[in-house]
Amino acid sequence: AEVEETLKRIQAHKGVIATIVINAEGIPVRTTLDNSTTVQYAGLLHQLTMKARSTVRDIDPQNELTFLRIRSKKHEIMVAPDKEYLLIVIQNPGE
Amino acid sequence: IGHPEIFPLVFTTKTQEIFNCRVDEDVTEENCFKLIKKEDIIQDLKTRATISDFHPIKKVVLEYPGEELLVVFDAQFQYGQNFYLVASEEAKENLLKPPETAEEKEEEKEEENREETLEVHPYKPPVHKPWVSLGSEKEVEEESVKDTVTKIKYMISRVRRKFGAPITLTDKNASHVKDSYVECMSYQDKTFSIKKLEKDVGIQMVPKVREASTQTKWTYPKNAATQYFPRQLSNEEKEESLSSEKLKEFLTSVHLRMEIALQQNEIMNAFFDDWKALAEDESSSGGKPDVYLKAYQSFTDPRYLKDRTISCVCWHPTIYGIIAVSARERLSYEEQVNRSDKSLLQQSVILFWSFFDPIHPQLILECPEDIYCFQFSPSDPNIIAGGCINGQVVLWDISQHEEKLQNAKTVADEIKITADMVNASILNILQCIYMSPSLMQVQQSSTQPPPVRYCAVSSIQYSHKKPVTDIHWLPDNFEDNQMAATFEKRAEICVQLVTCSPDCTVLFWAIPATKFPSSEKVREKENFYMPLDVPDTSKHLDLCWKPLIKINLGESDTNTECGPVRISLRELHYHYKSSDKVESLNTLKVPTKKRPYTDMSTSSSKNLEVLENISTDFFIGTEDGEIVYSDWKMEIGSDSAKPASQKHTQKYTIHAETINTLQRSPFFKDIILSIGGRNFAIWNEGVTNGPILQSSCSTGRYTAGQWSLIRPGVFFIGRDNGNIDIWDLLKKTHEPSHFQNISGSMITFIRPWIASPNQHFLAVSDDLGVVHVLEICQTLSHPSRNE
Repeated sequence: AEVEETLKRIQAHKGVIATIVINAEGIPVRTTLDNSTTVQYAGLLHQLTMKARSTVRDIDPQNELTFLRIRSKKHEIMVAPDKEYLLIVIQNPGE
Repeated sequence: IGHPEIFPLVFTTKTQEIFNCRVDEDVTEENCFKLIKKEDIIQDLKTRATISDFHPIKKVVLEYPGEELLVVFDAQFQYGQNFYLVASEEAKENLLKPPETAEEKEEEKEEENREETLEVHPYKPPVHKPWVSLGSEKEVEEESVKDTVTKIKYMISRVRRKFGAPITLTDKNASHVKDSYVECMSYQDKTFSIKKLEKDVGIQMVPKVREASTQTKWTYPKNAATQYFPRQLSNEEKEESLSSEKLKEFLTSVHLRMEIALQQNEIMNAFFDDWKALAEDESSSGGKPDVYLKAYQSFTDPRYLKDRTISCVCWHPTIYGIIAVSARERLSYEEQVNRSDKSLLQQSVILFWSFFDPIHPQLILECPEDIYCFQFSPSDPNIIAGGCINGQVVLWDISQHEEKLQNAKTVADEIKITADMVNASILNILQCIYMSPSLMQVQQSSTQPPPVRYCAVSSIQYSHKKPVTDIHWLPDNFEDNQMAATFEKRAEICVQLVTCSPDCTVLFWAIPATKFPSSEKVREKENFYMPLDVPDTSKHLDLCWKPLIKINLGESDTNTECGPVRISLRELHYHYKSSDKVESLNTLKVPTKKRPYTDMSTSSSKNLEVLENISTDFFIGTEDGEIVYSDWKMEIGSDSAKPASQKHTQKYTIHAETINTLQRSPFFKDIILSIGGRNFAIWNEGVTNGPILQSSCSTGRYTAGQWSLIRPGVFFIGRDNGNIDIWDLLKKTHEPSHFQNISGSMITFIRPWIASPNQHFLAVSDDLGVVHVLEICQTLSHPSRNE
């Protein structure tokens, strides 16, 4: 219910292509893409987020990763990490 | 010591007293001899036994033959003791006497030495002694060499005159004459068979050699693969996790950040490089005007194009560097209008030129009449449709020569082709067309490119009455039938043509097609002769081709005739590559009227969907300079069986003279360029009250024009003085941004082409029959950003 609403709201933003929620192990829980692409994104971004998180922690143990944005030529991938889950949003920046 | 007779003794004083040889009293160094009687020694031995000094030599004493023994005082201890006993008489004598004689001799020698200095000793020569033979004579005798036999003397004499005479020598074979030679044959002598008991063998000491080899373990690469599949949650797990509290919390905490990020992106692009964008615009707009058209090649043919003007130029859609040119009689405007059937003095042709051979045309298509316009079929570049000057529509198939065109190189001689067969193309058909096979066989000469005969000509009575001025292929995603409903096509091939002519009609034609000519039935409706050695028959509609739909313009309320010269349909954007597959869909919704045609192909048309949303509007440019915008979709009138004609919608009179170009922009589907007379106009289809841009009247007449294929704001206009005007709407809208003179005569046709990403060509044809191919320079070839 609430979960659905929030996800719908995010999806409704301008330019958003896809929204994926994956759990701590990297298994997609909720997605708006087809299965194979979702699995691909989940696996790759999960690893990248782990790496980014450990990097930030290594530099400063008091610090922690709050947000990860990957800007590419075609679109932008935004990853919001948390303790158990990961929210991935792919957006086409408006231009 | 070496004297076996000498026995060293030690005499004690007691013994010395007994024998009166006390040292330095009786016996001195000079007088060292003492003779002792043997009996005395023996007595001493008896009395004193072991302590006697003579005890060690008791035996010697007893064996002594003489009476007295000599004892010598050895002052120097010569023999080891102070006395020594001489055990033999001779030695005794010698000792006693020689020392005397030695002394005497010494004395004598001394005397003699004294005397020698005074006297010479008398020399005594050696006395011959008689030789005593010891047996050496025998050896000497044996060794000496003596003659055993007396030597024989020979005396050989010859007559003197024979000496020095010339000598002749001849050869003689020794084997011819008997006994001229004596052989000594070898034979096995049995007496000499000696068994070899000894053998000479050489032995060498050599280090022991041993061969050994090792091999390392060769690991050869092996492909190993792991197959895996991603873990996924089952549906129940997903449901469960979705409703879990943790997810809710997570989302509430996260979504704020996400929304901020999303909004940031929406607001502006943070990575936009303004500097770079500015630079690009600068270079393109304010830069020096190096806009030009570089002359690349020009083609003309004295044979076919003499006194002719080029009516239409078309690039081959797939093969690089092939351009086709159609020629027609050069007539003035009035003559053209009032033209009646003139006998042709010259065979009218379409020539194919290749970049690689500017002198010889690659291919010649024969036409029954002068061709006013023609087009390559977008789906099959081997089909060419042309409109004749007498209103007929002609079809060619050059699939045989496709390979030749592709391999066109600078070869002066053409390949001899003896047979030229023309097959019909591969298309689906929907309607009834009277077909009949017709194949012509053409003999070729070796120096000319083979002329290709047309494979279909429309029937005269059903064609236009006036020259076909514009011909287009309908795109491959719809076709229509007599019901005038558009269908989605199954295959991606162009089926239909639309032609217009100043006789106020617009005709839609459909191409008949067979895939396998041999498998279809042959319908012969007319007699023709079958030329000899034609291997296969193909369907063909020589002189029997009927148009599919005829649209009459000017039939309606107004009496003014509307003679369309150019037509531009909306959906005229072709894909020259293979387009996406069109999927067949629902069944056809067609009123079950009896169709006066049969299906000729096995692929039925029943599965095509009626397309409702294809726009059927079109623009027409007329002879009088009007632009008409109307809709050709047939409405089935309820009151009449015949479909009612369409309705006119708009009519514009902007140009004073005949429209010679009506073209949609390749970038914007609703922008149309119309050129006629002394001005041109750009229209937007949605805007109905007039053109969006209209140029002022220029000094010369515009005779041809085309949009640029690359830059949306650029188009080319040809004039009657041989100039090409390049209009760049982004730079200036009131005058051409650049103009260039191409030829001396009127420009009749312009056609741009993108041959490769770097080479953009513009084919310009003029009134003299020359086709100039120009290369479009860089500025015109690359669109700037956001153009």
